[in-house]
Amino acid sequence: MTEAARLEPQVNHIHLAKKDYEGAESTMCKGCGHDAITASIITACYESSIDPRRVVKLSGIGCSSKTTNYFMNQSFGFNGTHGRMAALATGAGVANHHMLPIGVSGDGDTASIGLGNFAHMIRRNLRITYIVENNGVYGLTKGQFSATADKGSRAKKGWVNPWNAIDLASLAILMGATFVARSFSGDRKQLAPLVQAAMNHNGTAVLDVLSPCVTFNNHEGSTKSLKGIREMKDDLNEIDFIPEFEPIDVEYAPGKDLRVRMHDGGTVVLHKLKDHDPTDRVQAMSVVEQGMHEGKFVTGLIYIDETQPDFATQENVCDTPLSMLSEAELRPSAKDLALINESFMR
Amino acid sequence: MAEMDTPPVNDVNICVATANGSGSASSNQILYKSVFKMGIPCSGKNLFPSNIQGLPTWYFIRASEKGYLGRKDAIDVMVLFNDDTLAADVKKVRAGGLILYDDSRPLPPALVRKDVSYIGVPAENLVKEHIKAPQLRAKQRNMVYVGAVGKLFGIPMGIMQEVLEDTFGNKPAVIESNLQCIELGYKHIEKLGTAQDVGFLKAVPNGNKHKIMTEGNTACAVGAIFGGATVVTWYPITPSSSLVEEMIERIPAFRRDEHGKNRYAIVQAEDELAAVSMLVGAGFAGARAMTSTAGPGLSLMQESIGLAYFVEVPGVIFVIQRGGPSTGLPTRTQQSDITLMHQGSHGDTRHIVLIPHDNSSAFDMAWQAFDVADRFQTPVFVMMDLDLGMNMSLSAPFAMPDRPFDRGKLLSEADIKAQGDKFSRYLDLDGDGIPQRTIPGNLHPAAAYFARGSGHDEQARYSEDHIVYRKLLERLRRKYETAREYVPKPIVYNGASTGMGLMSFGSSYEPTREARDIMATRGKAADHLLLRALPVNGDVRDFLASHKEIYLIEQNRDGQMTQILRDEFPEYAARIKPVCLFDGMPLAAGDIVESILGGN
Ligand SMILES: Cc1ncc(C[n+]2csc(CCOP(=O)(O)OP(=O)(O)O)c2C)c(N)n1
Ligand code: SF4
Ligand SMILES: [Mg+2]
Repeated sequence: MTEAARLEPQVNHIHLAKKDYEGAESTMCKGCGHDAITASIITACYESSIDPRRVVKLSGIGCSSKTTNYFMNQSFGFNGTHGRMAALATGAGVANHHMLPIGVSGDGDTASIGLGNFAHMIRRNLRITYIVENNGVYGLTKGQFSATADKGSRAKKGWVNPWNAIDLASLAILMGATFVARSFSGDRKQLAPLVQAAMNHNGTAVLDVLSPCVTFNNHEGSTKSLKGIREMKDDLNEIDFIPEFEPIDVEYAPGKDLRVRMHDGGTVVLHKLKDHDPTDRVQAMSVVEQGMHEGKFVTGLIYIDETQPDFATQENVCDTPLSMLSEAELRPSAKDLALINESFMR
Repeated sequence: MAEMDTPPVNDVNICVATANGSGSASSNQILYKSVFKMGIPCSGKNLFPSNIQGLPTWYFIRASEKGYLGRKDAIDVMVLFNDDTLAADVKKVRAGGLILYDDSRPLPPALVRKDVSYIGVPAENLVKEHIKAPQLRAKQRNMVYVGAVGKLFGIPMGIMQEVLEDTFGNKPAVIESNLQCIELGYKHIEKLGTAQDVGFLKAVPNGNKHKIMTEGNTACAVGAIFGGATVVTWYPITPSSSLVEEMIERIPAFRRDEHGKNRYAIVQAEDELAAVSMLVGAGFAGARAMTSTAGPGLSLMQESIGLAYFVEVPGVIFVIQRGGPSTGLPTRTQQSDITLMHQGSHGDTRHIVLIPHDNSSAFDMAWQAFDVADRFQTPVFVMMDLDLGMNMSLSAPFAMPDRPFDRGKLLSEADIKAQGDKFSRYLDLDGDGIPQRTIPGNLHPAAAYFARGSGHDEQARYSEDHIVYRKLLERLRRKYETAREYVPKPIVYNGASTGMGLMSFGSSYEPTREARDIMATRGKAADHLLLRALPVNGDVRDFLASHKEIYLIEQNRDGQMTQILRDEFPEYAARIKPVCLFDGMPLAAGDIVESILGGN
């Protein structure tokens, strides 16, 4: 490599360097899974040549929800209230459906306080990449159980969780999600292409990402410790995402491989490790259920359906974002008002 | 009292007692609209239960030559069409009044009062005889009293027919069968030759010429459409639902583009937590967003109202107040969520509240609220209540907005460029507390910012710095002070008083206006100030300074508005006396007079 080439930063399809996708400095604990997810999001956006100015970052409250500040400084962001990101995103998404919403939430934020709004966002098929940074614990309030903590799991303080866990992947499928994946913060090779695919999905893409809390949930007896996750992780498939502007030059093995064209361009290439067809909803439900039964975290692309209309389409909103409509397009005329007045005189 | 011998003209208060779900809503509409059509000022108030079918409901039609539209205590005429409430209803009519009842069966002797007159119309028998379809009879029976009342009080048959045609224009069969029943009642009275001396209705040529009749929720719905509302979120709750339901009916006519696509989205949320969060998301993204709710929903919305206040996101929240606390009286009226609007959410907050007092001001404030919200980048409340929102009343026609949209300090890409490619989201450039704002879709590299409900500095960066925080709260307060002179000013009526002042707002205004006139006839002249917004402004201070005895009429127990004024004007705190009338009934002038002057 010449000296000049070494100094020239690498850029992507829209001439942005990877650092152009960075955000403020993280304030997470050292080794927190959430930081690794941030890195995958940055990689995914860089690789897909996402224009940061087209992105709206949304989050609730929690350590995880803080992380939208740590990528893409050039994007609008909104760190709202605890549990309401799904609804916040629904409003933002319908107000301007040309933006690309990336939502980051925690397991407490989504599965505990925000479960209702999460379920209804899925039902509406809001176009969003919805990432749950799932550590089975409330990080920011220092170690209480969340609704995804496994039954029998032990907290750092010694408490044992008596309740069944809510499995976000199966819940998402049940609620009608059109893109459901699970991954692990430490597996960037799996996670980054999943994020890329999710961003090109025309509907709600739920990514349940196991993300160990090294400070409050990384001990012996916790099922969501780094060690626990590594032991229980069970990959369904290997994933590549080929953006629209790149040729599809990966090998294709019939029977073993599956290609799905994403609605907004690009192709997901899945190399099957298990006999699982992610376009089959019933199979998707059962593979997750089976995994739970065997004490495994099934990961990879679990379910995908590229045929369903998203929320804005179902709402039949006009092409110009609602937020950009002019007075001329919004305010009826004086004549219209006269007719209304007349109707109230009869 | 010689003039009492001739029955009064165009001053009649009719109460119709029926069971809800029995079709009486249509009959009462026909009756109300007929009075309107005769050119007589009138209001129609529905006292309904929180129930779908079978429980008692009362409809008050007040015709008032002088144009008083509030509820009146004294009932001149009682239409007894609900067997379940006969005994109580008989007692409600004033001495010398009239009872119209269904004499298909004789009235129990215990219900016969000596001091009122009775007229019977055998409605049940008449419909049995003339209406072939048995399943229609219960509903059609109610149309019979319309005809009977019409004949007794002087509503011409032709007017009622016109109203039927206006109401059911495209359904000739419905018009015909209803007309038949109205005629049955009308002709029965005609044949009996019965007369009454309680009062008469006499057409006033062009009497209501420049008036419209509608409900406040409809006025808000139309106003919101003219205000450019594009994202409407809601969760159904009485008495607010009809506001958004009216929008659902009306908005498609104005907001379809050339491809048949909608220039709006109305989203029924899963709860009010979501409804208000969607509102905040849409407002952040730049849409003119609104929601509509009542007490329980407003309680659920509190956290995100604080978020919108702190992050400085515009949004319009219509609150149609009902009886609280808790589920309270869902179908009764009250003004008891004032504090919850004015200081909604935890921490130090202060919100802008616009307060309509009739249908045309509801229309005005509905569209204005979107401008105020955009200008001040904050949630704006439109304070309504059940009486204003769901009852029929007269007002001036809606006036076309007299100014273009005010989107406040919303910067485009070119705007940022023009100011040297610089933009700080929370910097108070102008000293008015209002910063500049951008929305997603603005592609200028300096446009994006990170909104957060946690502490933030002028560049929208996370901050826990105590000075930055204090300055932010102070700026928000400064912004509120700027709003003070921007929101609608009070209206003062000079009643040539010698020191007595009345203050009212919202649905309390109309009965207070009447009370003021009654008091004047008793030698107690009072001036009158109508509050139209929070924060209060304009003449309020002068009014307080120039009146030694001030009564603030409000429909809640604790004097919530009085507390706000006492807090704003501690030097006059002692002279503001709350007149708290909070039984959930639409306010009546008589109650106000009695509270201030005593029973005589
Ligand atoms: C309405 C409300 N209740 C409680 C809290 C306190 N709180 C802040 S973060 C949090 C839990 C966060 O857990 P999770 O979403 O899993 O995020 P993590 O910190 O684990 O990434 C709680 C309960 C709050 N901010 N708001
Ligand atoms: S507390 Fe846990 S979740 Fe929060 S930053 Fe630290 S390691 Fe991460
Ligand atoms: Mg967590």
